[in-house]
Amino acid sequence: MPTDVNKGVAPSSKPKFWNDPDKRAMLFQVLMILAIVGFFYYVINNALTNLDNRGITTGFGFLSQAAGFDILLTLVPFDSSYSFGRTFIVGLLNTLLVSFLGIILATLLGFVMGVARLSHNWLVAKVAAVYIETFRNIPLLLQIFFWYVAVLQTLPSPRQSIELGAGSFLNIRGLYIPSPVFESGFSAVVIALVATIIGIVFLVRWNHKRQDATGKYFPVGWASLALLIVVPGLVFLLAGSPLSWDYPELRGFNFRGGTTIIPELIALLLALTIYTGTFIAETVRAGILAVSHGQTEAAHALGLSNSRTLRLVVIPQAMRVIIPPLTSQHLNLIKNSSLATAIGYPDLVSVFMGTTLNQTGQAIEIIFMTMAVYLTINLLVSLFMNWYNKRVALVER
Amino acid sequence: MIINDKKLPDLPPPTSTSGPIGWLRNNLFDTPLNSILTLVIGYLLVTNLVPLIQWAFIDADWIGDSRDACTSGGACWVFVSVRLNQFLYGFYPESEYWRINTLFVLLGLLLAGMIYEKTPKRGWIALFTLVVFPVIAYFMLHGGSFGLPVVETHKWGGLTLTLVLALVGIVASLPIGVMLALGRRSHMPIVRSFCTIFIEVWRGVPLITILFMASVMLPLFAPEEIDLDKLVRALIGITLFQSAYMAEVIRAGLQAIPKGQYEAADAMGLSYWKKMGLIILPQALKIVIPGIVNTFIALFKDTSLVLIIGLFDLLAIVQSALADPKWLGYSTEGYVFVAFVFWVFCFAMSRYSQYLERKLHTGHGARQ
Repeated sequence: MPTDVNKGVAPSSKPKFWNDPDKRAMLFQVLMILAIVGFFYYVINNALTNLDNRGITTGFGFLSQAAGFDILLTLVPFDSSYSFGRTFIVGLLNTLLVSFLGIILATLLGFVMGVARLSHNWLVAKVAAVYIETFRNIPLLLQIFFWYVAVLQTLPSPRQSIELGAGSFLNIRGLYIPSPVFESGFSAVVIALVATIIGIVFLVRWNHKRQDATGKYFPVGWASLALLIVVPGLVFLLAGSPLSWDYPELRGFNFRGGTTIIPELIALLLALTIYTGTFIAETVRAGILAVSHGQTEAAHALGLSNSRTLRLVVIPQAMRVIIPPLTSQHLNLIKNSSLATAIGYPDLVSVFMGTTLNQTGQAIEIIFMTMAVYLTINLLVSLFMNWYNKRVALVER
Repeated sequence: MIINDKKLPDLPPPTSTSGPIGWLRNNLFDTPLNSILTLVIGYLLVTNLVPLIQWAFIDADWIGDSRDACTSGGACWVFVSVRLNQFLYGFYPESEYWRINTLFVLLGLLLAGMIYEKTPKRGWIALFTLVVFPVIAYFMLHGGSFGLPVVETHKWGGLTLTLVLALVGIVASLPIGVMLALGRRSHMPIVRSFCTIFIEVWRGVPLITILFMASVMLPLFAPEEIDLDKLVRALIGITLFQSAYMAEVIRAGLQAIPKGQYEAADAMGLSYWKKMGLIILPQALKIVIPGIVNTFIALFKDTSLVLIIGLFDLLAIVQSALADPKWLGYSTEGYVFVAFVFWVFCFAMSRYSQYLERKLHTGHGARQ
């Protein structure tokens, strides 16, 4: 090139500082921090003035005051003399209870329905498809109301209870099931169970090593199932069957004894299970479809049986695809369990953000505490998932 | 020696492998286990569906104006038909229904124009729907100018309110979501961490707590002289929530754009905003339309939660109608009606998004 491109520009002149991307970014970020700080200052100032005008106290002192109300379902001892702090614990435990049960049931239902939708049986596949397409597209809150108001509230009174067999009864006040009574000596059975599980872990490891070394295969699944039944069973019989059942009985107008499952919990569990089950089913279906057919054919060509193809080739690869979205469905279920407040199941939102907030009026502290709980759960699960994902991630060269 | 030089007539395919019987054998009775499954499920379906159809259609009462018309023992759809106006328009004055109807028609036309692929200038229609239509809708619904009488927001309800919540949620969250997504991919550490925290916080808490926060805490945070409307507070909550989800959807689109596009835009000497506005976002937004439709479906279902903070959307208005002493005991009919309305909307949208996904996946060697 005969002409110098930079001829017109004096070599010493630096770009103006507002044309320098780095300095511009710095300036922009400083402005942003100022804006955020200013916004929070403004909001907090407003809040303090407003709280002062309305005569609402601030701080977390309310957590040690007496609550003065009762809660329908408590997993830890609670009555109206306990503190507001205790209501937080009670609500949190109830949320965890319904989430835990819901996750187990929804995952089971979702896996069954996801596999069923891929079934070669036309009827099975269609039933699963109709279930998924129907319940996925109906709001969860509506489903909760439907089960609670239209189904469970129309059940008969305790005197006309529906007998479900095995000493269980269903009526408008809930589901009554026998509860186990552990007598002395039952601890031996528990110890035997734990010992068996530890034994099985060693058995599986031994089998792996032997298979790697010699290629010989030991049916470890059946063996561990047999061990799991036989060993604790024998100990149970030897200890003199230290377990009896407390059956619910009709006394006067209500049932006594056994365990009561309140209708709010049943409605919430049904709705959460059925709703989340549809999403899990779709996840499972996508995961199974993601494993290419060549994998199955290759496994068959190696002489693996159908069940071992499924267990050793298809499922491990499908799970890698299924697990991340499955976890996000589980998280959704935990968050959705907060809809309990609509039917009065005493979960965290209902007890703490509902009743406790109404009683104390300390909205800011209570709402932040509630949000913090859900955030923490989310964060913990995400951390665990990231760790798990790293572990199972495809190792590529 | 026999020589047959005539073509033998074609035989029909064996009935056991083709035709209806073959289909049955292949799809329903191919193994003993499948045969048993088919029989058990078929039996359960027949025993459950027949009474259901009997209840919902054959024995149902459709016409009438009070519960006395419900005599056949089946579903009492009279409950729904009598209150249909309330379910659709809420407490909107009857003389002003035409305003809502006009908006419904206009929205329907705009959506049809956007969905039909041969419409000229679809981009402009989309822009009109996102920018101008909400303004028109506000003036039409609220009134107060152009000679329209004011209708207070507490009179809005039913399906109208559900649609208002969902549409405002999606329209307002789109630009915020774009900004958050860009911010989360920014190189500036403070912008990036602010956007990441913002997105993860709103995604990590249930919508109910956000609605509670919006309805209880916003009045505390605002200066005293501002009195925020209940509907506006709910809309703020929904928008915050939705924009976090929207941001993640758009971020997925940004990540899907090949790096060469960014580098080419840089090489052309485009500024950041020109690069994003002219090169990256038009492509990214097009990819994520199915994702946006999916979040819209989720939002549409989630709008029913405003019931908890005392707004009368479709579910809440039916719920309150169930408590009417004149109509006690028809909760199933009410819920089935609401479920049907939601289902029709959501199912149609999910089918549309699946269709878009299939259309976008052509030529990438994807399945099907």
